[in-house]
Amino acid sequence: MRLLRSLVKTVAAYALLAGSISFLAGAGFVNPYWVQILMLACIVAISAQGLNIIYGFTGLFSLGHAAFYGIGAYTAAYLMKTYGGQSQAAFLAALLAGGGASAAVAYLIGLPTLRLTSDYLGIATLGFGIIMKVVFDNADSFLPELGGARGMTGIAKMTTIPWVIFFLIVSLLVVRNTIHSRYGRAILSVREDEIAAETMGIDTFQYKMVGFVTGCAFAGVAGGLYAHLYTFLHPSNFDFFKSIDILIIVVLGGLGNMSGTLVVSFGWIFLLEGLRVFLPPGYVELRWVLIPVLLIVTMLLRPQGIFGAHEFPFLRGKGAR
Amino acid sequence: MLLCIENINVYYGNIQALHDVSLTVAKGEIVSLIGANGAGKSTILKAVSGILTPRSGRILLADKDLVGVSPHRIVRMGVSLVPEGRGIFANMTVRDNLEMGAFTRNSREEIEKSVAEVFSLFPQLRERASQSAGTLSGGEQQMLAIGRAMVAKPDVVLLDEPSMGLSPLLVRDIFLLIREINRAGTTILLVEQNAFMALSVAHRAYVLETGAIALTGIASELRQNAKVRAAYLGDVAE
Repeated sequence: MRLLRSLVKTVAAYALLAGSISFLAGAGFVNPYWVQILMLACIVAISAQGLNIIYGFTGLFSLGHAAFYGIGAYTAAYLMKTYGGQSQAAFLAALLAGGGASAAVAYLIGLPTLRLTSDYLGIATLGFGIIMKVVFDNADSFLPELGGARGMTGIAKMTTIPWVIFFLIVSLLVVRNTIHSRYGRAILSVREDEIAAETMGIDTFQYKMVGFVTGCAFAGVAGGLYAHLYTFLHPSNFDFFKSIDILIIVVLGGLGNMSGTLVVSFGWIFLLEGLRVFLPPGYVELRWVLIPVLLIVTMLLRPQGIFGAHEFPFLRGKGAR
Repeated sequence: MLLCIENINVYYGNIQALHDVSLTVAKGEIVSLIGANGAGKSTILKAVSGILTPRSGRILLADKDLVGVSPHRIVRMGVSLVPEGRGIFANMTVRDNLEMGAFTRNSREEIEKSVAEVFSLFPQLRERASQSAGTLSGGEQQMLAIGRAMVAKPDVVLLDEPSMGLSPLLVRDIFLLIREINRAGTTILLVEQNAFMALSVAHRAYVLETGAIALTGIASELRQNAKVRAAYLGDVAE
């Protein structure tokens, strides 16, 4: 019964959000440019929610999130371009394949590194991110469609408001329901004290792996959505600095805080783009001075993140335990 | 014998911490390991719980060898460690900590029953059930750590320095509780700096010196032993 009710609520929220935004955009009330930015913000929120699982909840320091985002983007774009055409079903399949590809690579990286302490994962993912950038730069040498350093073009514009809202809601549901389960508490205990978790009978390696792989799968799906939003992929969209952007979002929102990650993802994207509008031409690059200042000020005033331990009601656990 | 350690040699890198250590713990006993800092007491517990793997020797739990088995499996086989420094989950509530202890068990009702048992053993914990564990006092945290190990319904509990950082009064309380837990049927292997308390609660004890067993015997007899008194009980030579 409760399941049915929450399902109805979720579908209603989805219909309302997707419907109203699509209507506003379609009727011309909102500038198409801002609609695109809104979609980008949703996509970044999905990816950031993935890093939130990895770093915020499981406590694994990963510096290569953009590489997994890129793997998903290129995989989905390649599959869609080669086999998909314009079909919506194929698009869904391509997005899931992108997520799957990121998850598979994450698994391979996790095998040797997750047995070690978290610092090693940080170093390994940092190196992996740099390697992937080089791979993307030279991807045309093994698959000409990927375009390499010239960028990949000719991707169908498939990403729409309903798609991004759908995946955003799914990602939030997955994180919320996992974290408030027995499984989620095991993941949190690994973050708190690995040895103690192990002495509770928790297979810490397995739980770290699940956290890492799930988070990277989120990044992969988000990457696929990104590819079909801008219809053009370039390796520089997936370099080290893009990983840092997502890391900043997760830290600013408060580690292990879903609401914070969600709000800061939107704030981050709209701030970046808003400053582009409000700063006088020629001073746009001042964004990269203002944002670090903002970051420093926030960390001094709210080291626990903007949201601290507070969650939006719809992201809280059922509490009835 | 419930737990039987046979000639284990344990190393930290190239440094040998335990030399051919053998000891036994019978079902229902409290066995205590005493010795100076760095004698290898905690190392023995780490080896039994699987955090460290001996290079040679065997650790038998009711005839099953634990050497090379990972820590989370050893918990499922019935050995729970209360680590030094307690290792509680500071950001979780007291109740959540206890439920983490029952991670290896499945029946909801059984877990509830065990948690209730811990609460009746440690009434202070019940009052603080929904408080986050990091806000507890040192003594309460130690109780929580012991309670959490009990929720797993282990056959053997390995206690690493339960008196560490506690006031003398609390130390006495903790040791009374250890005895109570033992009477209820749990076998205990206890590592302790406080040799006086350890020898008063234990049935038997082993004295460790620089990674090897120097002396063993009935706890009450060791308390009378002149060497033990001089070295660990602060007795001035008569």
